[in-house]
Amino acid sequence: MPGTRESRHSFLTLSCVALAMLAVGCGGGSGEDRVAVSAPVDETPAYGDVIVSGSIGDASVLIPMLAGDSASHSISGMIFDGLIAYDKNLSEFEPRLAERWEVAENGLEIVFHLRRDVRWQDGVPFTARDVEFAFRTITHPDTLTAYAEDYRQVERFEVVDDFTIRVTYRQPFAPALGSWASSLVVLPKHLLDGKPINDHARDFGRHPVGLGPYRFESWESQKQISLRANHDYYRGRPYIERAVTRVIPDTQTQFLELKSGGLDEMGLTPLQFQRQTDTAEFQQDFAKYKYLTNSYSYLGYNLKRPLFQDVRVRRAISHAIDKQEIVDAVLLGLGSPAAVPYKPGTYWFNDRLKGPQYDPEKAKRLLAEAGWTDSDGDGVLDREGARFQFEIITNKGNEQREKAATVIQRRLAEIGIKVTIKVIEWAAFINNFIDKRNFDAVILGWSLSPDPDQYDIWHSSKTRPKEFNFVTYANAEVDELLEKGRRTFDRSERKKHYDRLQEVLDEEQPYTFLYVADALPIVHKRFHGIEPAPAGISYNFNEWYVPASMQKYRITDAP
Amino acid sequence: MVRPGFDAEVSNHGRALRVVLAYLARRTITLIPLLLGITFVSFVVIQAAPGSPVELMVDMNPDASPELRQRLEQYWGLDQPIHVQYWRWLQRLAVGDFGTSFAADQRPVLDKITEALPITLLLNALSLAFILLMSIPIGVYSATHRYSALDRVTTVLVFLGFAMPTFWLALLCMMLFGVELGWLPISGLQSLQHEQLSTFGRFVDRARHLVLPVVISSVTSLAGLSRYMRSSMLEVVRQDYITTARSKGLSERVVIYRHALRNALLPVVTILGLSVPGLIGGAVIFETMFAIPGMGRLFYDSVMQRDYMVVMGVLVMGAVLTLVGNLLADIMYAIVDPRLRR
Repeated sequence: MPGTRESRHSFLTLSCVALAMLAVGCGGGSGEDRVAVSAPVDETPAYGDVIVSGSIGDASVLIPMLAGDSASHSISGMIFDGLIAYDKNLSEFEPRLAERWEVAENGLEIVFHLRRDVRWQDGVPFTARDVEFAFRTITHPDTLTAYAEDYRQVERFEVVDDFTIRVTYRQPFAPALGSWASSLVVLPKHLLDGKPINDHARDFGRHPVGLGPYRFESWESQKQISLRANHDYYRGRPYIERAVTRVIPDTQTQFLELKSGGLDEMGLTPLQFQRQTDTAEFQQDFAKYKYLTNSYSYLGYNLKRPLFQDVRVRRAISHAIDKQEIVDAVLLGLGSPAAVPYKPGTYWFNDRLKGPQYDPEKAKRLLAEAGWTDSDGDGVLDREGARFQFEIITNKGNEQREKAATVIQRRLAEIGIKVTIKVIEWAAFINNFIDKRNFDAVILGWSLSPDPDQYDIWHSSKTRPKEFNFVTYANAEVDELLEKGRRTFDRSERKKHYDRLQEVLDEEQPYTFLYVADALPIVHKRFHGIEPAPAGISYNFNEWYVPASMQKYRITDAP
Repeated sequence: MVRPGFDAEVSNHGRALRVVLAYLARRTITLIPLLLGITFVSFVVIQAAPGSPVELMVDMNPDASPELRQRLEQYWGLDQPIHVQYWRWLQRLAVGDFGTSFAADQRPVLDKITEALPITLLLNALSLAFILLMSIPIGVYSATHRYSALDRVTTVLVFLGFAMPTFWLALLCMMLFGVELGWLPISGLQSLQHEQLSTFGRFVDRARHLVLPVVISSVTSLAGLSRYMRSSMLEVVRQDYITTARSKGLSERVVIYRHALRNALLPVVTILGLSVPGLIGGAVIFETMFAIPGMGRLFYDSVMQRDYMVVMGVLVMGAVLTLVGNLLADIMYAIVDPRLRR
């Protein structure tokens, strides 16, 4: 997953991410809802055909390290490849450009042994020099990339020989291996050396040469991007010959295009999934899938506000909120309530924790303990003459968050807390409210990377302006756990730290974790070989195929 | 007798020409400070909006370091005071350089505009033509067959179209013609196999894609213009010269189409003239529905991303076209109406 860890795009485009064709590394563990395929006559894999996907936004640049949007990453992810990759369960690594690798006992050194049979799509052999070039580029101070931090932890990068790389870290850095499981750090040196990478955005970035399963074919700005199968791909030629991504900004239009045959694949909205795709016609032509996205939504409290400094108050609010109700109302049931900031069903998720359950009586008791009672009988709690009221803010353009705020507002009114809601345009939301700590409570979301490190979100040092612990959470034990978690390579040892972290967060409720939404892709049934996994459906896109008799498009011109 | 008169005429013509040229020069010169003022105000106002392109890229992205923020600001010159930024922008503009987009694609602003502008122009021109083609006959018919059944039906239909939200009508039409009947494509400007088609095939393909956007974008204006045509026509047929024409024994056909229509068209033409600068403007919702990458979406997206360079580029284009349009209109008036020349 090209480092879209906890990225801003999870906010702006939370609903969009799911729509992007190969929602990069997106996925979840539970409840695949696959409609059984009626057995066609001949199902042997065959080469050919075209898949047309819908994307709500155009890509910006096809050099992974320069792009910030999910559309760019999903397309460049098919053109480039990483040294290693997360497996379909998002827990172990498997080989890609590196056929094997060794992590030293002390965790300070990783050695990658590269494949010798890989060529760039222009025929030039791929070597360790290309990785070195990309590494030097991404860590170069002038490179305008948001993904350099993990690579800056590297003390020494050595090319041992043309096919061996040794990376040495200053101190053990557990997220290190994950950082090499992305297509960020492989670039063709022979095509890019000599001028700053930023200046390549306009040329190479618009017609890249990669080494992945697909090669770039054409790009009509704001209309469509077309990729062609790389017949010499080192892991075998992909079956589907062309992959076209059409830019269709409106999901209703995408849906109509799907119905009329203009699209083969898109991400559905909960409404479309539940109410508009149940006809016999649909079930005959399309297969729907459902798995948890890599992100969660939360209600975060400004812990600088005296109102929220008492843990009993935060726990009371969590007990007063019916998370299942939010999932049902906002996502039409397509998602699951969240208890901790890890995805249910994944390795790092602490499955012993259920989070504060909906219990308004308990909420009232906790509030009474904290001194909040309705002494004047006006239906709103008060203490020392002050009424219990606060404001929830969220960003404009995310209907789910607005609806969630409304549901929460009603539930809190029932226990005597008066909530107002303010919805603000993104830039003003960040500048005037989040950055200035000028808010009571906020509904937002974070996306999650497969690596469990959440230092930036919870560590008490990350509370300066523009940093991400903007609720100003500070807990010495949490700080220590986050630091240990970063330094521990042993998975089960490491998991203990994160299990404990989740326990503390569960106890303290700096956020009320609300829900994890489902990704809802739909794909035409002529595509075979789709096997849903925690990583989603697109991790094995190269193996999707259309049996010869079912192919829709004939590709006439020779590749 | 003949010569002096002839001389006088020549000198008259020469003077008129000189007067017009002087007027033109004066007006052109006054346009420059006006344009500068417009660009300066725009430049300041868009930067006054909360957020900057840098913030929109790095906010809430834990991967982005404070150093990256600084580097981006330096790279784009946003670390400079606003008057310096404006001066640099102006210097580049003076040599025809609209700058590069702040988006990650870093493409020249001019490229982005020249991609979107022809699409918007084509659509707007076609829908203007369609509006004229439909509204004039409807208006004339309604006027000449006032209170007939067909007049009432068209009136109701036209007002329905006017009242209906465009996006909803668009969805209904997409469902009917695209999904149920399968006659027309739903969105975009060309089909997947466009490149493999013959020249004629491409033309048909393009035309089929344009039908729904053109018709639907016209529906709202159709109501206005056809009602305007109707009342203008009703006004004209009450005039004495129409009565004269009728009393001369001309056929109703000749009376309406030769005598009445021409005069009734005059105010309509004025309205058309006013809508010409609007030709370069796109409609965001409409373009989004039909997945058409026109000026509306370009401008909207740039504003949302605080892509100052593209925003300024589009604004300058719009300002220049509007000012030139006004100037041309003034010149026409000056030629037509001697009192304005002075």
